[in-house]
Amino acid sequence: MRPEYFPTDVGILPLAVRSLGLRLDSADLLTDISFELAAGSPTVLLGANGAGKTLLLKLCHGLLRPSTGEIRWTGVDAANATGRQAMVFQRPVLLRRSVAANIDYALATRGTPRAERRSRVAQVLDETGLTPLAKRPARVLSGGEQQRLALARAWALTPEVLFMDEPTANLDPAATRSVENLIRHIAAAGTKIMLSTHDLAQAQRLAGEVLFLHRGQLVERGDAQKFFTEPASDAGRAFVRGELWW
Amino acid sequence: MTMSRFIRPLLVLLLAINFLSSAHAEAEFITLASTTSTQASGFFDYFLPLAQAKTGVEVRVIAVGTGQALKIGEKGDCDALLIHDRPGEMKFVNAGFGVDRRELMYNDFVFVGPKADPAGIKDNHDAAAVLHAIGAIKANFVSRADDSGTHRAEMRLWDAAHVDARAASGSWYKELGAGMGATLNTAAALDAYTLADRATWLTFKNRGDLELLAEGDPRLFNQYSAILVNPRRHPHVKFEAAKKFVDFLTSAEGQQLIGAYKVADTVLFVPNYDRSKP
Amino acid sequence: MMNEFTDAGHAAWRLVVSLDPTLAEIVYRSLMVSVIAVGLSALVGFAVGALLAVARFPGRKFVVVLMNAGMGMPPVVIGLVVYLLLSRSGPFGGLGLLFTPTAMIIAQSLLVFPIICSLSRQVIEDLLEEYAEQFRSFDLGVGQVLRTLLWEGRFRLLTALLAGFGRAIAEVGAVLIVGGNIAHVTRVMTTAIALETARGDLALALGLGLILITTAFAVNAAAYLIRDYAERHAA
Repeated sequence: MRPEYFPTDVGILPLAVRSLGLRLDSADLLTDISFELAAGSPTVLLGANGAGKTLLLKLCHGLLRPSTGEIRWTGVDAANATGRQAMVFQRPVLLRRSVAANIDYALATRGTPRAERRSRVAQVLDETGLTPLAKRPARVLSGGEQQRLALARAWALTPEVLFMDEPTANLDPAATRSVENLIRHIAAAGTKIMLSTHDLAQAQRLAGEVLFLHRGQLVERGDAQKFFTEPASDAGRAFVRGELWW
Repeated sequence: MTMSRFIRPLLVLLLAINFLSSAHAEAEFITLASTTSTQASGFFDYFLPLAQAKTGVEVRVIAVGTGQALKIGEKGDCDALLIHDRPGEMKFVNAGFGVDRRELMYNDFVFVGPKADPAGIKDNHDAAAVLHAIGAIKANFVSRADDSGTHRAEMRLWDAAHVDARAASGSWYKELGAGMGATLNTAAALDAYTLADRATWLTFKNRGDLELLAEGDPRLFNQYSAILVNPRRHPHVKFEAAKKFVDFLTSAEGQQLIGAYKVADTVLFVPNYDRSKP
Repeated sequence: MMNEFTDAGHAAWRLVVSLDPTLAEIVYRSLMVSVIAVGLSALVGFAVGALLAVARFPGRKFVVVLMNAGMGMPPVVIGLVVYLLLSRSGPFGGLGLLFTPTAMIIAQSLLVFPIICSLSRQVIEDLLEEYAEQFRSFDLGVGQVLRTLLWEGRFRLLTALLAGFGRAIAEVGAVLIVGGNIAHVTRVMTTAIALETARGDLALALGLGLILITTAFAVNAAAYLIRDYAERHAA
């Protein structure tokens, strides 16, 4: 799918984050965060609960405004950044209609013509294994099915970048596995994924690059394998050893 | 600007609905403001279909107290009135709101009260003495207090009895602000005396312990009149149709029909239109 | 007293089994007037309610409180206001709408509007809380947000509609004043009950009341079943 949807030379990536800070009610939630998000394998935002992962994702996606610093899409097509990214939340926000209609709705919001929508919905349902559930009301699906639908719906928009906030935090191991498979499939098809998790094992399964967040600060960033084998910071070491709970 | 953009389509919609909902009523109709007694007694149910068959005019009745009927007439919201309060009627006509007042028919007011009759008014033919007796022992009395013809007549009778009943309002004298039927319901519930028009009393079903105790004073005479709303005051009124209806009320046939309406073998309204009177 | 209730039951039963044409006409008119009034109110009320839930503007809180207070507006007051507006001597007298079913529809619409508006605002506000981030992620415009929320809240909005209908069909104060309780023209169930009470025919009045309650119950039950079915089979 990739060549069709994202010729690399006209994308919105990379995303440049510089000296980013977020202050709410005189509490510094994020301080002085700088990094660059580039195309490639999934970037995993790792950290304990309360480290600021969700906030950072929302800032990158444009749902929050930073107090200081800047977030800028620097690719050729940066002007259309809003329409070329999507986000999946920890608790899936599904509409009160069928599985297929949820996907159809997302496409409609982007102005996709009706005829095109139908084939695209069928295609996405098929690739995400949701076809058998197509007519079921979305809100009565199991947690894993709901999250897969949320992923499928986001993916249907053919985003160049897909943000995911703890997508498996509320799921059992089997559901987690199927969601992770889907994430890998989406990544392989060419969408850049930035995913937050507090689950070290999940990070090891999915990450190409790790951003390690600790108490609102970006403590480490770099190649995933390197982080897991020899973390450079005290906090990173503690986290990898499973000793750091917050 | 934006307001009218909202309101105009709504108004158009309403008028469309109005047109559809009134499409069946193609017959010429007039609106008649009248009293609760004429309606509650079933008189209109009897008379209006006969009148329509004869005149072709459908009559839509708004049954309210005489005071309110006069207000409706003043505003031009009806085409004719059929009411019973001579002083109010004269004022209405003299102020130019109405024309062509014709006295149609009469009945009378009666004193109704509990069988036990604590004030001892039974068969007393002096209305002032009746009220005096009620006031003297402070027996419960319910008044319509709604500025209706009956209420206005009651107030004149208290004056004649030299009893300031309104000063006792809230104790034994109870001002309801209600129609004749509601007032009778209350009187039945409280075992109270009240003044009622005979027509409503005769057709009233929820009597409880109440019975007719006193009647017959000439001052209890209750004259009903018809008045047409002045077309010069309110050019939109259906003067001709309304006049056709009132002409029928005062015709020999109409008068005969009025006198033929009976409840419990009693004539409710006695026709008394006098062609020679203005 | 028990007597009154058994008599009422008999009266209601007689009216129903004899398919009394006058009664049928009155029930039909009651339903027509209230359904149209609720429909008109919903048309505007849903939109305004959703807008109040979504938009932020100076004076919004005032409007919200005003609408909430309006839910308890006495029907007679509305009746009086509409009467004065539609009277021949009033600003809209030229339309000749006083003492017509249309006047009753107007009065009931005004009566029901704050209810539908307030309840739908509440429904939409709750939904928006749930969906706000997702909508911003989708980058929706205000129009899209409103349309989506109204559709998402359709089952709960049906409840708002029913609350409005219940109030409209049961009120007597407004329709009595602006309709005039004219036989075969503006007589509805509640004004017929008032008339029979005035005639002292309490059994018949109560019998009509039973029919009114049954009608309201039937409408609510139907709506409940539709809602229940739709929620389980929401496509």
